[in-house]
Amino acid sequence: MKNMVEIRWHGRGGQGAKTAALLFADSAMSAGKFIQAFPEYGPERMGAPVQSFDRLSNEPITLHCGITSPDIVAVLDPTLMATVDVTAGLSDGGVIIINTASSPAEMRKEMGLSGKKIFTIDASGISKETLGRDIPNTPMLGALVKVSGLLEIENVLEDTKKKLEKKFRTKPELIEGNILAIKRAYEEVKGE
Amino acid sequence: MRKKLAITGNEAVAYAMKQINPDVVAAYPITPATEIVQIFSQYVADGEVNTEFVAVESEHSAMSATIGASAAGSRAMTATSSQGLALMFEMLYIASALRLPIVMPEVNRSLSAPINIHADHSDTMGARDCGWLQIYCENSQEAYDSLIQAVRIAEESLLPIMVTIDGFIISHAMEAVDTFDNKEVQNFIGKYKPAHPLLDIKHPITIGAIDFNDYYFEHKRSQIEAMNNVEPVILKINEEFKKSFGRGYGLFEEYMMQDAETAIVVIGSTAGTAKVAVDNLRKQGKKVGLLRLRVFRPFPAEKLSKALSHLKAVAVLDRSTGMNAYAGPVCTEVASSLYTHSDLPASQQAGKKPKILNYIYGLGGRDIFVEDIQKVYVDLENVAKGEKTEKLINYIGVRE
Repeated sequence: MKNMVEIRWHGRGGQGAKTAALLFADSAMSAGKFIQAFPEYGPERMGAPVQSFDRLSNEPITLHCGITSPDIVAVLDPTLMATVDVTAGLSDGGVIIINTASSPAEMRKEMGLSGKKIFTIDASGISKETLGRDIPNTPMLGALVKVSGLLEIENVLEDTKKKLEKKFRTKPELIEGNILAIKRAYEEVKGE
Repeated sequence: MRKKLAITGNEAVAYAMKQINPDVVAAYPITPATEIVQIFSQYVADGEVNTEFVAVESEHSAMSATIGASAAGSRAMTATSSQGLALMFEMLYIASALRLPIVMPEVNRSLSAPINIHADHSDTMGARDCGWLQIYCENSQEAYDSLIQAVRIAEESLLPIMVTIDGFIISHAMEAVDTFDNKEVQNFIGKYKPAHPLLDIKHPITIGAIDFNDYYFEHKRSQIEAMNNVEPVILKINEEFKKSFGRGYGLFEEYMMQDAETAIVVIGSTAGTAKVAVDNLRKQGKKVGLLRLRVFRPFPAEKLSKALSHLKAVAVLDRSTGMNAYAGPVCTEVASSLYTHSDLPASQQAGKKPKILNYIYGLGGRDIFVEDIQKVYVDLENVAKGEKTEKLINYIGVRE
């Protein structure tokens, strides 16, 4: 791990971009990393483009400014790419993970991207199968764990389970569905 | 049990409030401090605290009810931000002049108009002369720790205190916070023994009596003296805190100041970003330092100016504006202190005062980056070399 890794999540209000960033940071903290996770706050509306961020480091993080040149970008909704420049500030060797049923090669062609590493995962499809609805944030988390290689999947599953048990005290079926979604995305994410 | 939690600034503040377990909280939610009140009311509903929670209809009422509760003899708290603090303005002076040790987390946010919910320090800087103690925190950990210290500081000095965090930047950002056991916190703050509780009917007193030209001035003078006496109280309680919990904070934090020739003075979360700028420049061999002012009231004029007077040039970063004041509020006070205090003997002071620059930044949440701060150090280096300063007041990140 380079000294600090910065991640930017793109989503739409209601898709759980903020929760994904928080869950990832929480797991990273349990793994002994120093962490920050924060949403970009603006006028929030269901469906409007939103961003959230993670910083992970092996040393204490004192930075309190926004993230403008992320190492990894995670896109929860591929339709965002028509209006939002999701690759803004992403370096040539940077990584982009997209929630789509298309292959990385198809996405590279569609986006006209060269030089960056592209990963795709059908997070919405997995979510529909495991949770019965399209909440792509937890499968995207699984894909990020695989692609970033920063955390151990077993630890992430364990931590996330604990966190979800608190959040969904009255809906235990969501806990299992989410855990399965993370696991499947971890296994199914493809890259080039 | 001590626990490391991944929580936001607001969660850290609410958690500290839970462990403080005040007798009364009267509060009205306002962005970005809403979560503090919301999470705390959940603690009340879940029976995790013994607090009497008063849901009021405005911040003016929140402060009024908190004043009433504190005067009655209870440990009383509230929380607010921005317009909420502005609406409390009238009552803030009453809380301090009645010498009520109210503790209030404040989430720094800009003031309307234009309407904006993001961080700057206009709100609490507007309340800087109302007789409240003010501690500005860099991060969630410090907010958690400071709030626990604040209970003791307020109760020992009989003065109200606000502990601030930057809106969204800290209030909504998740970081790791080392928290203490409930019992440890309770042991540290101790049982509250109010000095003159209204409900002590064996010793009846009058609170808020009229006080014309015969005694008003004397009462104000003694209130000023109370403020003058707080500095050692803050330092003493910090030492005790260090002993109990292994970390602490002074009136201000000096970062790489030992051999620094130029330095930035800043408060709040930007200090963390500035530390990275200092690290970068130190790697290039530049003798730069940072002084993060933490306690703004009481203003540690003498200690602060001694820490700065050996420098060639100082830049003070203000996240609020004095409009047409001499400079931003922090700069105005730093410059004034340097005019009257120095660590040099009087005979050697002539011409030795550091040159001062003021930078207004971050109004309404405008972000400030490491590169922005590094540019300030370049300006300082030029000024230190004797190059002419164009202006006292400069702006970072604004389109002109």
